[in-house]
Amino acid sequence: MAAEGSNSIDALGQFQLHSALGAVGGSVNFTQSNLMMVIASVGVLAFLYLGMKPRAMVPGRLQAAAELGYETIMSMCVETIGGHEGKKFFPFVFTLFFFILFGNLLGVFPLFFTFTSHVMVTLALSLTVFILVTVVGIKEHGLHWFTYFVPQGIPKALAPLMVTIEVISYLSRIISLSVRLFANMMAGHVMLEVFGSFIVMLGGLGLLGYFPAALSLGVNTLLIGFELLVATLQAYVFAILTCIYLHDAVHLH
Amino acid sequence: MKLSRIVPLMAAGLLILPAAAMAKGMPQLDFSTPLTLSQVVWGAIVFIVLYIMLSKTGLPMVASVLEERATKIAKDLNEARAAKASADAGMAEADQATAKARAESQAAINAALEQAKNAAAAQAETLNARLEKQLHDAETQIAGARASAMSAIRQVASETAATVVTRLTGLSPDPARVDNAVASALAARGLG
Repeated sequence: MAAEGSNSIDALGQFQLHSALGAVGGSVNFTQSNLMMVIASVGVLAFLYLGMKPRAMVPGRLQAAAELGYETIMSMCVETIGGHEGKKFFPFVFTLFFFILFGNLLGVFPLFFTFTSHVMVTLALSLTVFILVTVVGIKEHGLHWFTYFVPQGIPKALAPLMVTIEVISYLSRIISLSVRLFANMMAGHVMLEVFGSFIVMLGGLGLLGYFPAALSLGVNTLLIGFELLVATLQAYVFAILTCIYLHDAVHLH
Repeated sequence: MKLSRIVPLMAAGLLILPAAAMAKGMPQLDFSTPLTLSQVVWGAIVFIVLYIMLSKTGLPMVASVLEERATKIAKDLNEARAAKASADAGMAEADQATAKARAESQAAINAALEQAKNAAAAQAETLNARLEKQLHDAETQIAGARASAMSAIRQVASETAATVVTRLTGLSPDPARVDNAVASALAARGLG
């Protein structure tokens, strides 16, 4: 999505939502963001179904990749959350990780929308994690769970202050978890858009513009690689933080 | 446009961008359109469906394959261990059989040796006995010969004495007196 005019860069237009799937999608406010979610989900399922279809004793490439994905998330859950509970939350963490990963990676492709660049989507995901963590904590420990907000070995006079800080830091997980993912994805796509616009604008200037345009193309090439890294890293960070929060909920500290 | 204008333009573009973004407002926070929130609802539906499909079919599929492989590997390992154990047992058995055979052959050798020794000893004994007997027989024979010779001596001596006396004196002596004289002479010399 290049700039509209030659002198203005519309870096945010790419995040504009519009309805997808024609009149039917429009009538239920189904957006292109949701279409990408469906594509990402189908991708995840295809990755597992096609990968595991041979059920080979010695796996081929795709099967090895699917098994690697499974075992990576499984070991992350078991090591971070702890044996039994880790296995219990594994499907959720797996879904979370691969949903975000495929969303992030598909967003790097041209013309594809990145649904993780919408703060409402990431906020919904982080709220899901937050509510799950809180419910698990209370279910696991009952009222004792509230001692989580009281650090051990502090003077009684400081307790109100410390508890306030702890509660705020606990609540701020919602914001930090969602904004980290959203801001990373948005910033990357804004950068890509800006340098992409530079290529078009400078390339239109004639001979003098060719060199800086080529330079911008080089920068964009590097940015694409960087985006692939960020896409994977942020999905991993989201998943591992979820695991850490679940560990805290299950074990209290 | 010249390069001197392009560079500031690029810099300005980068600087103005966040400000412009704030001014226009991010589409992500544009709540005038229902799409901003509707995408969350649809997103929740997609996410829940994905979660159910993964936890009910996708992940158990991977788990079953991994488990199958782990079982197969464990089974193969057990089989290999059993094969090794039986091979070890066979080896031990062979060792034992070798040791037993060696001991048996050693015993057979010893027995044969003993038997040969006994046989040799028995043979030597019979030989000795035979030799002894022959020696004894020879001695008896010698003694008999000697005795007969001794008895002959008396007669010869008597006859010789009678002949000598006849030749010297011309008289034929009394055989009984001659015989007595010879017998006493022989007895005197220890030959009688």
